[in-house]
Amino acid sequence: MVSQFQPAGPAMEMGTAFSVQHLSFFYGQERVLTDVSLDIPQRRITSIVGPSGCGKSTFLRVLNRLYEVVPSARAVGQVWFEGRDILARGTDVVDLRRRVGMVFQKPNPFPKSVYENVAYAPRIHGVRKRRVLYDIVARALGQAALWEEVHTRLGKSAFDLSGGQQQRLCIARALAMEPKVILMDEPTSALDPTATAKIEDLITVLKDTYTVVIVTHNMQQAARVSDLAAVFLTGGEMVEYDETNRIFENPNDKRVEDYVTGKFG
Amino acid sequence: MRSEVRSRIGEHTVRWIMGACAGVSLLALGLIVLFLFREGMPVFRTVSLGGFLGGRFWFPTSEPPSLGILPMILGSGLVTGFALLVAVPLGIGTALFVGEVAPASARNPLKVAVEMLAGVPSVVYGFFGLMIVVPWLQATLNLPTGQTALTASLLLGIMAVPTVASIAEDAVAAVPDTWREASLALGATRWQTLRSVVVPAARSGLLAGTLLGMGRAVGETMTVLMVSGNSPTLPPVLGWPVRTLTATIALEMAETPVGSPHYHALFAVGGVLFLFTLTLNVVGELVGNRIRRLA
Repeated sequence: MVSQFQPAGPAMEMGTAFSVQHLSFFYGQERVLTDVSLDIPQRRITSIVGPSGCGKSTFLRVLNRLYEVVPSARAVGQVWFEGRDILARGTDVVDLRRRVGMVFQKPNPFPKSVYENVAYAPRIHGVRKRRVLYDIVARALGQAALWEEVHTRLGKSAFDLSGGQQQRLCIARALAMEPKVILMDEPTSALDPTATAKIEDLITVLKDTYTVVIVTHNMQQAARVSDLAAVFLTGGEMVEYDETNRIFENPNDKRVEDYVTGKFG
Repeated sequence: MRSEVRSRIGEHTVRWIMGACAGVSLLALGLIVLFLFREGMPVFRTVSLGGFLGGRFWFPTSEPPSLGILPMILGSGLVTGFALLVAVPLGIGTALFVGEVAPASARNPLKVAVEMLAGVPSVVYGFFGLMIVVPWLQATLNLPTGQTALTASLLLGIMAVPTVASIAEDAVAAVPDTWREASLALGATRWQTLRSVVVPAARSGLLAGTLLGMGRAVGETMTVLMVSGNSPTLPPVLGWPVRTLTATIALEMAETPVGSPHYHALFAVGGVLFLFTLTLNVVGELVGNRIRRLA
């Protein structure tokens, strides 16, 4: 399948996955994001942090245009991805979402077998041959560090897996479409510390191949896994965006300092 | 102090009244079942169970009477089966459209319209069927009469749509949004999401709707009586008059002497109908509850 998104368009710097320019976002009359601009680099881990209600999940949903499931939602500005403004009219969202996978807050495997969950995306995108499909599933489960645990029970219901395994299954399900980007919306908020550690290890490995954007309200998690961090504050303003270490050691903005040191949030 | 006592007495009274209301429904059900079986069982002094259910001839007033209800069982089966062919696609299609496709502003008007379909009295369906559908089918299909199993099936099919649709709609609404979002985020279209995630996840609810719609169709009397021609033919044929279990009771109850084999046979027909719809409703509810708990 030929993508309408060609690599590195004129407006992009090499090595940039998303270039977000003056993005504002509204649910009806309510403003959720205010004039956000940032470049998200390829094959690195960028975290979006901030208190509840600062619009960080919404920001993530702009990147694959999943915000559209809410009828009153409206995004203003430009988001450049592979040489195109994905907010522009005529964007092929199916193609966009094939290239930008997403992992949700709570593990949400389909009520299907482990195998069928991972095979879902390649199937709907036209892979029919059993052998090819099996290889894709096996590779994706391997990349999600789940193959060892589930390869003897691919036919079992995904609901029989533990919460952490279900979340890695959801990661495998996204990886099976061979995307360029993985968006993660607080992927460990429903998991225990052991399962969280496994997912964090996995995320660090994934950046060799994928651009990762992760939303988290857990500062330690952002510090552990991400290369860059963007701090959003209430009102949907992005107040700081830099190397994660720098932000945590020496924030420019007083409010960010209060936030990362745990004075509120 | 006194007002507290009074309010406690008041609460007690209200509870008692509501309990009595619920009790009356239960009592009515119990009495119906009791009479159905007490008046139906004596038929087996005249005919065996096998001869009753499997008998090919229904001549209840000859001497000795033939009390076989097989033509009516098959007649009800045929009419119900074809009614489902109409009701299930229309009902499930309506539910999916209302729940998944229609814009939010169109949802409520559509739901109200479908519910109004359930509010039309069955005699009105019958009248409409007799005046419009019967002559139309007769002319279109060039049949000797328009009062056929097919006519009854078409009308019953429309009448069962609200039952199927409302339960199917609940089932579709019970599918968590997070599965829809997961599917869309994987690059599926809305149609693919509907087909591959929503419908499979809702399938026991869709089945429950089908079973309850079937119960509705089996039990319907007035409309069938008016448009089906009412002749107990064996085997029943779609393009020919047919007799159902319900129509048999309605047609003959007025002209049968109390206590005669015919009288008991009609009660037994009622018992057969009751067991059949009871089974459909219980299975339908069980299947329906299972999906609600899952989601």
